[in-house]
Amino acid sequence: MNAPVTASSMPAITYNFAYLDEQTKRMIRRAILKAIAIPGYQVPFASREMPMPYGWGTGGVQVTAAILGADDVLKVIDQGSDDTTNAVAIRTFFETTAGVATTTRTQDATIIQTRHRIPEAELKAGQTIVFQVPIPEPLRYLEPRETETRRLHALADYGLMQVKLYEDIARHGHIATTYAYPVKVEGRYVMDPSPIPKFDNPKMNDSPALQLFGAGREKRIYAIPPHTQVVSLDFEDHPFKVQAFKEPCALCGATGVYLDEVILDDKGGRMFVCSDTDHCSTRQAEGHTGTMSAPYQEAAHD
Amino acid sequence: MAIPALAVPALAAGFADPVHDAQRSFAAVMRAMSEPGLPVPLASDLDPPAPLSREAAACALALLDYETPVFLDAALSAAPAVAAFLRFHTGAPVVDDPAAARFAFIADAAALPDFGAFAQGEPDYPDRSATLIVQVSDFGTGAIVLEGPGIKGRRSFSAAPLPSDLPARLAANRALYPLGIDLILTAPGGVLGLPRTVKPVMED
Repeated sequence: MNAPVTASSMPAITYNFAYLDEQTKRMIRRAILKAIAIPGYQVPFASREMPMPYGWGTGGVQVTAAILGADDVLKVIDQGSDDTTNAVAIRTFFETTAGVATTTRTQDATIIQTRHRIPEAELKAGQTIVFQVPIPEPLRYLEPRETETRRLHALADYGLMQVKLYEDIARHGHIATTYAYPVKVEGRYVMDPSPIPKFDNPKMNDSPALQLFGAGREKRIYAIPPHTQVVSLDFEDHPFKVQAFKEPCALCGATGVYLDEVILDDKGGRMFVCSDTDHCSTRQAEGHTGTMSAPYQEAAHD
Repeated sequence: MAIPALAVPALAAGFADPVHDAQRSFAAVMRAMSEPGLPVPLASDLDPPAPLSREAAACALALLDYETPVFLDAALSAAPAVAAFLRFHTGAPVVDDPAAARFAFIADAAALPDFGAFAQGEPDYPDRSATLIVQVSDFGTGAIVLEGPGIKGRRSFSAAPLPSDLPARLAANRALYPLGIDLILTAPGGVLGLPRTVKPVMED
């Protein structure tokens, strides 16, 4: 029942499965069910202090802990990468406190916790993706009062958001919002998709996977059930467009994926590589190469 | 000195493995709510007092605690052992006023109470609405066709016994969106979710 956590120099400490106590899990589970029943609506929940600072994914971690089962296979990504600090720390947290299997392969995971990306590989029915959300309220920078934003959602009064996007056009000639691009869910609630690049917004629409969002500091949970309509806000004469990249990934030659810019030296040298490390390494293993691929691959020694 | 035998029957046991049984039960309910109209398998080895079904009992033990006032329909209220079972294992207060309940358990599905009796949520907080857990004897496909989030195209289901005006009541519930109640049907071996987003397709 309990996953023992042992360190050689310390007395054995045991945590409940997946760290959270059962009452907390029930409270979060009830919030998740209501969130699924009202797609895009932010359900308040009694967010707990977690053994990591706010801003490091405490909301996502609590949602994952509440839904995680012993048979689940967990993948954790941070900006598309499986091996950055945040991803490694959270993956190890659940390996230690829940003893669940983990993977970096998108297809093999049953639960994917993510910070600011949706994997390139298409998600499948039965998978759940958990987003870490810093500011869940899309209207917060336009209206600081929670009482007011709550009323605006109740009235479905989203004129403020359209004005904000229009001001982008007036100032820059196009909608300059490139991440956390607001979406409308099922024609009702305007929702912050978390700070994913707008490149990923179309993947939320009609996704076969269940999408859950957790904001720990702001104490909100929201959800998009599978096969739910998610529309990025735009104007008839300024339709929503995703970023396009001039060159393919320098390591795997992929096009049509989201690329990270990597600075190589102080003379302007740079390369663009897949932000999704699993997608990139899978393609490289399949033999795809890019302009900066290593000239040869040493055989793996297992 | 002989201890007199207790007059009350022994209390039925809760989850054998509280952590993982609760997680499995919740996972089935979450899947059911995210894919409305789809019967999702739910295995439960509980043996709750009649007429509470083992699947409904699994939902109760997975979701109820001291924060969730619970309403029991006439059939369940008639058996005091049901309230005792829920009180002991979950600590949830059993309330007589359906409007005060976060969860309602309905054993007599044919006499499904009017949804208007339950909390519908508030415009600012539509999540403050009741979830009804309704015991039926069987799931099938066909009779009621649904559209809405969680459904690719359309999905049909049937369940018995249910009132014949259920589609009309679901449609009226949908008309209140984002307010409204959420339904979880339980049958032997499974659960089926009918969140407030489901839109019954009325033929002709």
